[in-house]
Amino acid sequence: MSSREKILAAVKQNQPEASALPALTGLSGNMPGTLEAYRKVLEALGGTLFEIENETAIPALLAEHYPHLQRIITATGPERTWINEDPHLLEDVDMAVVPGQWGVAENGAIWLTEQEVGARVLPFICQHLAIVLPRERILPTMHEAYDKIGAPQTGFGVFIAGPSKTADIEQSLVLGAHGAKSLVVFITGKSY
Amino acid sequence: MNRQTADHATLADKFNQDEARVNWHDETLWWVRAKRDRIAWSIPEWEALRDTASRIKVNALGNLHDYLLQFEEQATRNGAVVHWAADAEEHNRIVTDILKKHGVQRIVKSKSMLTEECHLNPYLAANGIEVIDTDLGERIVQLAKEPPSHIVLPCIHKKKEEIGELFHEHLGTPAGNADPKFLTAAARQHLRKEFLQADAAITGVNFAVAETGEMVVCTNEGNADMGAHLATVHIACMGIEKIIPERKHLGVFLRLLARSATGQPITTYSSHFRQPRAGQELHIVLVDNGRSRQLGREDFRNSLKCIRCGACMNTCPVYRRSGGHSYHTAVAGPIGAILAPNLDMKDYADLPFASTLCGSCSNVCPVKIDIHQQLYKWRQVLVKEGHTTAAKTASMKIMSGVLSAPRTYKTAGKMGRWVMRAFPGMVNNRMNPWYKQREMPAPPAQSFSQWYEKNKKSS
Amino acid sequence: MKVGLFIPCYIDQFYPQVGIATLQLLQKLGCEVEYPQGQTCCGQPMANSGYEHLTHQCNTLFIKNFADYDYIVGPSGSCVLHIKDHLHDPAAEEKATGIRQRIYELTEFLTDVLKVTSLPARFPCKVGLHQSCHGQRGLALAQMSELVAPPFSKPEQLLRMVEGVELVPLDRQDECCGFGGTFCVTEEAVSVKMGKDRVADHVKHGAEVITGTDVSCLMHIEGILRRQHAGVKVMHIAEILNQNIHEQANS
Repeated sequence: MSSREKILAAVKQNQPEASALPALTGLSGNMPGTLEAYRKVLEALGGTLFEIENETAIPALLAEHYPHLQRIITATGPERTWINEDPHLLEDVDMAVVPGQWGVAENGAIWLTEQEVGARVLPFICQHLAIVLPRERILPTMHEAYDKIGAPQTGFGVFIAGPSKTADIEQSLVLGAHGAKSLVVFITGKSY
Repeated sequence: MNRQTADHATLADKFNQDEARVNWHDETLWWVRAKRDRIAWSIPEWEALRDTASRIKVNALGNLHDYLLQFEEQATRNGAVVHWAADAEEHNRIVTDILKKHGVQRIVKSKSMLTEECHLNPYLAANGIEVIDTDLGERIVQLAKEPPSHIVLPCIHKKKEEIGELFHEHLGTPAGNADPKFLTAAARQHLRKEFLQADAAITGVNFAVAETGEMVVCTNEGNADMGAHLATVHIACMGIEKIIPERKHLGVFLRLLARSATGQPITTYSSHFRQPRAGQELHIVLVDNGRSRQLGREDFRNSLKCIRCGACMNTCPVYRRSGGHSYHTAVAGPIGAILAPNLDMKDYADLPFASTLCGSCSNVCPVKIDIHQQLYKWRQVLVKEGHTTAAKTASMKIMSGVLSAPRTYKTAGKMGRWVMRAFPGMVNNRMNPWYKQREMPAPPAQSFSQWYEKNKKSS
Repeated sequence: MKVGLFIPCYIDQFYPQVGIATLQLLQKLGCEVEYPQGQTCCGQPMANSGYEHLTHQCNTLFIKNFADYDYIVGPSGSCVLHIKDHLHDPAAEEKATGIRQRIYELTEFLTDVLKVTSLPARFPCKVGLHQSCHGQRGLALAQMSELVAPPFSKPEQLLRMVEGVELVPLDRQDECCGFGGTFCVTEEAVSVKMGKDRVADHVKHGAEVITGTDVSCLMHIEGILRRQHAGVKVMHIAEILNQNIHEQANS
């Protein structure tokens, strides 16, 4: 008998009686899905948020706040030759600007997928990361996020909440472990 | 790291030789527990979430056979190669074979307690394959040639000065620099090179979704992603209990995991790996290593609900004051103490006794594992299976004899308070473990029952 | 209402004053109390050491002593919890079940059964309350800090009825003291360290008396305090609740 059969047989014999799955209702509490709630959490995580009308405002803001960037990649930009290149070549990217799908107010996370990001490693290997998210795409909690995301459409997706960090040395929080050292979120759309 | 002769009490005694360090360890972990409390209180539906998570996991265990098949089918359809390993040895062999097939000599690995449990690193080293652990804490303990002492905070037992010295020796940082920011930046540079050179990456798995065949890996550092998205071979190693039924259930677990672990709202990265990227191989190794046996132990199967947040360690007053290495097993603390005896009762017979059964662990647990009750039950099993000493059995039999016979009990009491003899060596000398650092209670002139006999009529 | 008084072995042997205070307090509150002389121990020391199978005779004895009372009340959360969780006897399971349902720790008996709202007691003193784990988490005598749930504390509720008691706050309101039954000798180093840390928390906040619902924890705490020659006293909660309004606190 192969290990596969052995394991499956043992599991089948030993597993307890099946029980029903709980409904996932009433779990979102009173979390507001607002920009203000989102901003508060993101900033606590060490992220920065700018409200802009549309993406044309991004280059000027980047130039102002990140004056020393050499290589900037905009995932939705016209020059996307890098998508088909070896991902290792993205090692010198200073700033990647990528589109986000959904933002989650309760934890500051933004859902990105491979499809829009272009190369899976891009939001991790870049020194700094910018995510662009339409204002109306902020949801209260992870439950609403998974409802909206639905079934997977791409090979890879990720929630990113703030810059890469570690507290492994004496619980001292340090931003910039292996991934992006900073995260800026551009919220697009008109404020009311 | 296991198969050692010293038990928890001996190792904990050693840990307690340096009281200032114990205080530091205790306070550091209590601070994490306090952060967890603050963030839990910010979620009014916290207890409902715990309850829901627990019920999803119970469902998953009850349907594990079917969910495993469903996961395998979906993952295969997604383009992954699924392997099954009955035990640690087979897991290590499978991983080695994949790496050898690709001629890989150096790999990057992100945190996986499973590979610690299986002792993968020494196995690969013996096969000429070098492993670079990429989680900062794990890299630190790897450089120190130690196992992790905590499943979420692997080098929580190390002071920054010690880490500074390690980095000076291995990474060439200036001597005497122990600034966490500086050291983290040095590790970033050092490990970036490793990520860029590695042909293969091993990651753990936090959750595997039966419905979609995808795996979710959570990190703060981004090391799992840096490894997996650059390497041409990605091997994900997971215990079979990591399966959850549906994608939407991730919402429940991701809300609980990081909050319980470190008091943060979510990890920086919650990566959903479904398909290998173009040109990449994705291997998933499903490991049993005693899990199906634990599933059959009615009293202990709920330990398989664990999502490895480490909250039970942070809250455990014994763990905080004895350190992870005192548990001499890959997963330390209360959860480790109910998992390890399943792997080897003889080697880990001491662990269920390394607890006061205070119950704090069961109540911080995000999936509501009845940890302290399982510790109690393991004690019964271990004694029944003979993993106890003859002296202890003898003293327990004497105690039982005295306590079952009221007259003997009263006579023994009059003869100088039997408890003093029933407890091991409980007399006022330095050999008596009670008296070493505590005074004995002063024996009163009469017992309560004697007083009652004299006074009941007047009262 | 006939109450069977359950006085655990180490209280009987070492802390008779706790048994006396419990008895007097219950009588003061109008209960008819009897102490069955045939009692010894609940069996917990064996059971927690992995020898629950050696507790059958203790169980039989316990049932024999306590089956006929309306309520069984004991001044020890830990022992009461053991009976509640583990008292079984194949030969008398119905009686065992009855006892498991009718046994109370002293403070919960006062708040939940007698529904005490005032006490004729005075104790002008700064008091630190040690929440013993088995009582707190096992019997739910008080809300535990791990849960996101409304706070309450039955022992505290009673202490607040005592004139003059000033409860001191603690940094860690419900951390274990490290007694843990045989743990206190088999894991001596950690047990003592836990006890020292608990004591330090009370001392830091100015407690003059440390009290609690479990004598086992208090015995451990007292042993440490006495070795340190700290001037802090240890008293079981029954002794404080039973302080006569006319008596002086430190008599």
